[in-house]
Amino acid sequence: MTLDQKPDTINEKRYLQLSGLEPLVVTPESNFINVGERTNVSGSRKFLRLIKEGNYAEALEVARHQVEGGAQVIDVNMDDGLIDGKEAMVRFLNLVMAEPDIARVPVMIDSSKWEIIEAALQVVQGKCVVNSISLKEGEEEFVRQAKLIKRYGAAVIIMAFDEVGQADNYQRRIEIAKRSYDILVNKVKFLPEDIIFDLNIFPVATGMEEHRRNALDFIEATAWVRQNLPYCSVSGGVSNVSFSFRGNTAVREAMHSVFLYHAIKAGMNMGIVNPALLEVYDDIPKDLLEHVEDVILDRKPDATERLLSFAETVTGKSKERKADLSWREEPLQSRITRALVKGIDQFIVEDVEEARQVVAKPIQVIEGHLMEGMNVVGDLFGSGKMFLPQVVKSARVMKKAVAYLLPYIEEDKDQDTRSAGKILMATVKGDVHDIGKNIVSVVLGCNNYEIVDLGVMVPPEKILQKAREEQVDMIGLSGLITPSLDEMVFLAKEMERQEFSVPLLIGGATTSKAHTAVKIAPHYKGSVVHVNDASRAVTVVGDLLQEETSDAYKSRIKTDYEIFRNKFLDRAKVKTYVSLESARANKMKIEWRADRIHKPQNLGTQVWNDFDLSHLEAYIDWTPFFRSWDLHGKYPAILEDSIVGEQASELYVDARAMLNRIFEEKWLEGKAVFGLFPANTVNEDDIEVTPKPTAGKSESILFHTLRQQTAKKEGVPNIALADFIAPKESGIQDYIGCFCVTAGFGTEEKAREFEQDHDDYSAIMLKALADRLAEAFAEYLHEKVRSEYWGYAANEKLTNQQLINETYTGIRPAPGYPACPDHLEKKTIWELLGVEENIGVTLTENLAMWPAASVSGYYFAHKQARYFGLGKIKEDQLSDYARRKGIDKEEAKKWLAPNLAEND
Amino acid sequence: MPMQSIYDLLEKRILVLDGAMGTMLQRYKFTEDDFRGDRFKDWPCALQGNNDLLSLTQPEAIEEVHRLYLEAGADIIETNTFSATAIAMADYQMEAIVPEMNYESARIASKVAAEFTTKNPDKPRFVAGSMGPTNKTASMSPDVNDPGYRATSFAELKDAYGEQAKSLIKGGADLLLVETVFDTLNAKAALFAIAELKEELQIDFPVMVSGTITDASGRTLSGQTAEAFLISVSHLPLLSVGFNCALGASQLTPHLQVLSDKSVFAISAHPNAGLPNAFGAYDQTPEQMADQIREYLEKGLVNIVGGCCGTTPDHIHAIAELVKEYEPRALTVSR
Repeated sequence: MTLDQKPDTINEKRYLQLSGLEPLVVTPESNFINVGERTNVSGSRKFLRLIKEGNYAEALEVARHQVEGGAQVIDVNMDDGLIDGKEAMVRFLNLVMAEPDIARVPVMIDSSKWEIIEAALQVVQGKCVVNSISLKEGEEEFVRQAKLIKRYGAAVIIMAFDEVGQADNYQRRIEIAKRSYDILVNKVKFLPEDIIFDLNIFPVATGMEEHRRNALDFIEATAWVRQNLPYCSVSGGVSNVSFSFRGNTAVREAMHSVFLYHAIKAGMNMGIVNPALLEVYDDIPKDLLEHVEDVILDRKPDATERLLSFAETVTGKSKERKADLSWREEPLQSRITRALVKGIDQFIVEDVEEARQVVAKPIQVIEGHLMEGMNVVGDLFGSGKMFLPQVVKSARVMKKAVAYLLPYIEEDKDQDTRSAGKILMATVKGDVHDIGKNIVSVVLGCNNYEIVDLGVMVPPEKILQKAREEQVDMIGLSGLITPSLDEMVFLAKEMERQEFSVPLLIGGATTSKAHTAVKIAPHYKGSVVHVNDASRAVTVVGDLLQEETSDAYKSRIKTDYEIFRNKFLDRAKVKTYVSLESARANKMKIEWRADRIHKPQNLGTQVWNDFDLSHLEAYIDWTPFFRSWDLHGKYPAILEDSIVGEQASELYVDARAMLNRIFEEKWLEGKAVFGLFPANTVNEDDIEVTPKPTAGKSESILFHTLRQQTAKKEGVPNIALADFIAPKESGIQDYIGCFCVTAGFGTEEKAREFEQDHDDYSAIMLKALADRLAEAFAEYLHEKVRSEYWGYAANEKLTNQQLINETYTGIRPAPGYPACPDHLEKKTIWELLGVEENIGVTLTENLAMWPAASVSGYYFAHKQARYFGLGKIKEDQLSDYARRKGIDKEEAKKWLAPNLAEND
Repeated sequence: MPMQSIYDLLEKRILVLDGAMGTMLQRYKFTEDDFRGDRFKDWPCALQGNNDLLSLTQPEAIEEVHRLYLEAGADIIETNTFSATAIAMADYQMEAIVPEMNYESARIASKVAAEFTTKNPDKPRFVAGSMGPTNKTASMSPDVNDPGYRATSFAELKDAYGEQAKSLIKGGADLLLVETVFDTLNAKAALFAIAELKEELQIDFPVMVSGTITDASGRTLSGQTAEAFLISVSHLPLLSVGFNCALGASQLTPHLQVLSDKSVFAISAHPNAGLPNAFGAYDQTPEQMADQIREYLEKGLVNIVGGCCGTTPDHIHAIAELVKEYEPRALTVSR
């Protein structure tokens, strides 16, 4: 008698699931899975040489580089006549397994020799992909290998190959795929989601009649397989398709992306693609695109001949080559348009001068030649075929051209500039952040709007006075810190009072549609629109200013915001709150034990002047950098992204280049001040800090913290930062730290130099990098504090990704951010550390830090300390807080406005 | 031999696995001579501490421990074979006795289990052949200066596990439990061997796999996340996948959550009785442990639950009483 037998359990979700140290699950929503190909001796000469030389250390670097570059799977191939493939495969994979940065992704075991495949399967713990097996040697051998692969726990690539030979047309491809699938699923009981078909990508445009349908047959067979063979995947080596154009990189790149574009649509979901040899589909010049598509999709009988002759004209346009200057032979307007679209400023003055010679008035160069080019830019951007950094580069060219023309235009008395509209842009009072505002200004400038940029920290009086003087058509406000939200509300009220009617645009990181609709729009009868990213700005401004659309758009916005507002207010009432007293009773209870408190190695304040910023390179979190350019996605995956990858890579290259100059030429100064002090929690929510521990009667300073007041589920505490410090009555001496770092000194001056040179691209880039450096500095310093100055985590070893994910012990919350939204507390930090005296970072009237690229905050060391959001608080806490701080309630209300729950 | 399928039972209730064998055997305070018995009195190396050998030299004690766990309410008891592979037994030069150790251990356990099943056929008892991780790792180097070196190989592990599995099944084990997996490649070698065995004997039997998360970062010793571990062992049909040992019950919760969310198999957990104290002993009381395990049940995370190091029949009794109040985790996950 035996136990019941259960049939093979099948993964119900039926997704291809692979693993290294981490999982890779391929769902229908996944982007194309990019398989790294550099660790393949038949694909990379360098890798072959390294393996031959036995230089495995460097061979590992090749693998690491690929994974860092975004490869989601690494293909490893050691098939070469001159090396012992099995020995090399095992040795390399064993070394890979010891490198967590590489081993985190799954391995694709690539060999035509079964003994190498099997040896590799025996040394990898994760779920690999075997590349590949086929019916080439007959069904028996196929079944034997498939059964073993299943037993070893790997997925498999099936080549479209059988006893007769390789499938080279549509019918053979689907026949072999179907036969292989049926054998695997029914006979071997292979999980269908673990089957990946390689349907043979063969070259097109070879001149041979029978190769004409090679790409199309692959694409159509892919579609058939995905529809008829459930749960399997389709893969392939893409570079084959363009084999006949070796040497013409531009054409090859275009062929790859056209092929992929159609193959992915048909269902190809993974493959080996060299990202460096890929043009973004929409960036392919129209004529080239058409020729390539004719070939790939076999649309014309003479497609190959036509592409061949066309190819001669595009040789060398490749980004991997030296700049090809053949476009300089084109007519004037094409040259100007091209310079603008591609952001090439090298020849623009020369071309503009040539244009000036042929027009009656110099202004006509702007209105004619340049605007025609900029319209192309605008259209491409509007349809998502150009990205923000490219547009900003275009603007740089435009500005240079205009700067050159300006003296001539002024000389010419009749200056009738026709801009599409005049827009005032300003960062509001007390706020210093202007990267987003500058980008919007540039983008609008490109679209023929005249921008009156008042800069940062602009008081409301000045904004309104300038708006009148300049008779602007619209006002755009920007801000990053929370008090700026109130400045915007105030400005809207003032506009109403002073009877303005021009539209008001709201933007910046802390602004939101909700805040705009609920708090700003009701105060102003004119239009108020929240613009969440630069790419929307052009459309919004256009809709607002164009006579034909203006009224309809304005009333639509009004209604939209009103509906939104009502919904929001309805929803807002649902939350329930508890009294401050009950919230305190439900505080986070930490069991305080003296032996768990780590006394800092160095008490007191330390100052670092002239810190070498190049130490921070490894600490930079790049993801927000891309976000500031409206490129969304996680670094480093964003570099390989199918849509923005190329643009992101280009931006990244420029950023790294500038970063090197920042380091080498010391453009920016890094300074820090930080201190670690004895502290205890008093009065429930305050932290008493005693800066001079030795003095018998020390003078103490109080940090005031705020406590969550939303009703919590059973067992979930209402937290305040004070909970993370031992209370005085426990009798246990605890500690707290605080800090301020800056990478901002020097930014303004250098950015101004760029701006004077009409190079907004570099100016914005510099500011964005300074911000990243300041954040990296905060991360770096926190690490030093944890491991040395405080020393409670002396053995900590974390990668940058772990730092970004905040996997360490202890937190560094910053006033003005969710755990402690009150910016006023910065003043206490400034007092305690002597921030201004020591490193010169100042606070504006609204408590933004100047220079902008600065970060300040507290250090809490307790193991249970964690980040949280305060959420809304109630009237009782507001009064209590004002009393504790010794300020009047109205003032407290002003600072805490975004966190006050509406009165019931 | 139980009449009811373990698969059917798993749909109906949470099954209880037994607790620690080692902890219980310590109570007997066996001496070197006790370990040797008559048969091995002239063995060339010291044998004290070779617990698996006790199945041959002190079978009454093994039987008694099984009995205590079955009385406490365990549905599944584990054979005394955690280290009974040729690889692990090399330390005692006992490679040749491995088949016998496994066979005898399985025989003793199934004899006691059958008694209990006969007494109460409504609560059938099962014997799981315990297959530990061995003392070598297939995907990590023991030599920091030579990361490419391996102290064992897939082939060696596969052969050792195959030999163990075969004797366990022949001795009467109803299912096999590949447990305390710290290196997934070792487990894959075990699963490979089991697949070969099933083919060779032309029978099927359930297989449980249980990994161990060794540090707070939530990774196995060989560096995999819980989900990567799950994906790496899901290629063959399993009765259950889960975690055991290393951490206490509470610390296992988030990792069990991952398995529960992603796996189509049943989920098992047999944690330690908390973390060892400074003397290597486990202080967690049955009530404390049951209280932590309650969280799994509240969240519907598990189908099989038991104990590892430091647990006793009292712990298992507390768990067995506790699980009666709860429904098992639903076995058809569609998330």
